[in-house]
Amino acid sequence: MAEMLSGGDMLIRALQDEGVEYIFGYPGGSALHIYDAIFRQQKIEHILVRHEQAATHMADGYARSTGAPGVVLVTSGPGATNAITGIATAYMDSIPMVVISGQVPSDLIGTDAFQETDMVGISRPVVKHSFMVRDAAEIPGVVKKAFHIATTGRPGPVVIDVPKDTTDPSATYAYEYPENVNLRSYKPAFAGDMDQVNRVIAELLVAKRPVFYVGGGVIQADAETSLRALVRAVNAPVASTLMGLGAYPGSDSQSLGMLGMHGTYEANMAMHEADLILALGARFDDRVTNNPDKFSPRATIVHLDVDPASVDKIIRSDIALVGDAGWVLNALWDAYQARDAERDAAAREAQQQDIAKWWQQLEQWRSAHGLNHNLQPHEGQSILPQLAIQSLYRVTKGDAFVTSDVGQHQMFAAQYYHFDEPRRWINSGGLGTMGFGLPSAMGVQMGNPESVVACVTGEGSFMMNMQELSTCLQYGLPIKIINLNNQALGMVKQWQDMQYGGRHSQSTYSDSLPDFKTLVEAFGHVGIRVSDPLELDAAMTTAFAEENKNRLVFVDVWVDPNEHVYPMAIKGGAMNDMILSRPQEAAS
Amino acid sequence: MRSILAVLLENEPGALSRVVGLFAQRNYNIESLTVAPTEDTTLSRLTLTTSGDQEKITQIMKQLDKLVEVVQVVDLCKAEHVERELLLIKVRAEGAARAEIKRSADVFRGQIVDVTAQTYTIQLVGPSAKLDAFVRAIDDSGVNATILEVVRSGVSGVGRGNHILAL
Repeated sequence: MAEMLSGGDMLIRALQDEGVEYIFGYPGGSALHIYDAIFRQQKIEHILVRHEQAATHMADGYARSTGAPGVVLVTSGPGATNAITGIATAYMDSIPMVVISGQVPSDLIGTDAFQETDMVGISRPVVKHSFMVRDAAEIPGVVKKAFHIATTGRPGPVVIDVPKDTTDPSATYAYEYPENVNLRSYKPAFAGDMDQVNRVIAELLVAKRPVFYVGGGVIQADAETSLRALVRAVNAPVASTLMGLGAYPGSDSQSLGMLGMHGTYEANMAMHEADLILALGARFDDRVTNNPDKFSPRATIVHLDVDPASVDKIIRSDIALVGDAGWVLNALWDAYQARDAERDAAAREAQQQDIAKWWQQLEQWRSAHGLNHNLQPHEGQSILPQLAIQSLYRVTKGDAFVTSDVGQHQMFAAQYYHFDEPRRWINSGGLGTMGFGLPSAMGVQMGNPESVVACVTGEGSFMMNMQELSTCLQYGLPIKIINLNNQALGMVKQWQDMQYGGRHSQSTYSDSLPDFKTLVEAFGHVGIRVSDPLELDAAMTTAFAEENKNRLVFVDVWVDPNEHVYPMAIKGGAMNDMILSRPQEAAS
Repeated sequence: MRSILAVLLENEPGALSRVVGLFAQRNYNIESLTVAPTEDTTLSRLTLTTSGDQEKITQIMKQLDKLVEVVQVVDLCKAEHVERELLLIKVRAEGAARAEIKRSADVFRGQIVDVTAQTYTIQLVGPSAKLDAFVRAIDDSGVNATILEVVRSGVSGVGRGNHILAL
């Protein structure tokens, strides 16, 4: 006979049956029955944050680094609205997440009750789907549907709004967790179309200047193995989006690094001059394409995406591949091997020569204007932010999980830290959420307790969620925070330098910054401050040393406040229109 | 280009607000919208008119299809279809204008459904363009026929013959 449980107990039991390890949340009136259910069980650990936005970013970091959905629990009203930024962040980057929000009792909904807000309404544009529980008996089914929707197709956040009366401990129901879910109106594509796959391979076998343009969809689908095999077999270059870094190893010679607004010269030139672009799990974001009308004029465009609405949205594709990136990439790799084996040696030889010529061109671009990954410290100068990332890369041997906030430090990290594995680079790409870095690093550390987790941030972003230093102490999270302190909102200031005659409107605050070393020490952590480039490596080494293995260490790196991120796309231009340096910027 | 989209939607609370919200959020235009349950009470059917080039209409349909509660979407204008809209128009009808208005209503096969000494209320069913023409005819009739109120239902549509939208 089925067990009799209250709505609150059913909710938590359903999360247990879904295999949830952690709930990131913050209690409040409408959620108290649920919190009592959490108290009376041991299977799921609840992580108490200091602000609900951080709970959503923690769940997000957990999801991005492990592949499992993140789970958030907040109360109604301000608890729910505080969660919105994190939900929107997850939505823009297609991250699986289930957010449970308490709601005022059903009979008070619509009366402007204390801590009432229309959570389903307010979250609607930034969720994949949402549910309002109308009857306690439907809770197990709703939870099952929510996880199914959040994790399949193009993943995304799902909100479950739970009126307090539906979790009332005095009413019990027969609990049974559904084995399957069948929604007639939701059937996401999984298998691709083999005819389309074969058309792609036909193009790939004759391409002279192919480029793989790889996005976060490949990482989401855990499709890196077949991607890497195919890239190597073709001997093609790989340009990665901000979200796709790590799908193909960043330190491999076939990687051109990141493309787009702050992408490498060689990646953007390759995209512009290609004759075949394979866009895999990428969505032709405006930060990639620059002006779509001038995008890659000579290329045949192949677009793989699990979301049919992404295909032909910005750039019209010549061959569309709709389906799971893992399924489609496996099919592409199998088909490539079969067709390559069939073709005659002369055809293969001819293509290899074409691609060798393509590599001559690519290497020429790379050596002319590629990033310098061998920067040297100079006595008496400020620390270059790029040098700090290079130091982090060396000290962590390229093997850390790295989260970031948003701004110049984010671009420097994406450019200078080579990610060789997927799910190691965690940042808010689509929404560009400052305040993401620290809490997402906490979620990454919870999901990967034995791994080294670094948060590359700037003092502006860090101060948006620094209250979580307290949470880090409570749960013993030994994150290493690398604060590229330029005493300004660096990216805003850069745009003001480049486009507003150097008028730094509201982007500086150097007279009012806290002493971060003392600040983090007050929170019970280790603080290090470094401003001499010759002491940078030592500071970084100390941060990651054995003696600090179990401590949160904050390295306040005072960097050159005048440094700009280059390359930078020229607004309205094609992908090959870039400003590469300050002298070029000054001349233009 | 005008499109008439027919949408089968789960008949659930909040489903309609997702459709309407999608149009606002993505800056698509809704010219008219009608919605009601179907013979299957778990489903609502919605007819929506919008406009845009083919790429835009395709994108609208894909975005609609992505909504979890949307079961099916078709563009009725892609094939033979029947389109109908209901118009109720209340007109000041006094003196010589009464006969003229009645004649116009007859020409358009409208029905006078309410009469007072000063007003006529006329009901007319047909494609939107016919309704537009009738309103213009009354407005331009030259007699003293002031339009007092116009109520239109928005377009409902169905594919002809074997073009069937159902589960």
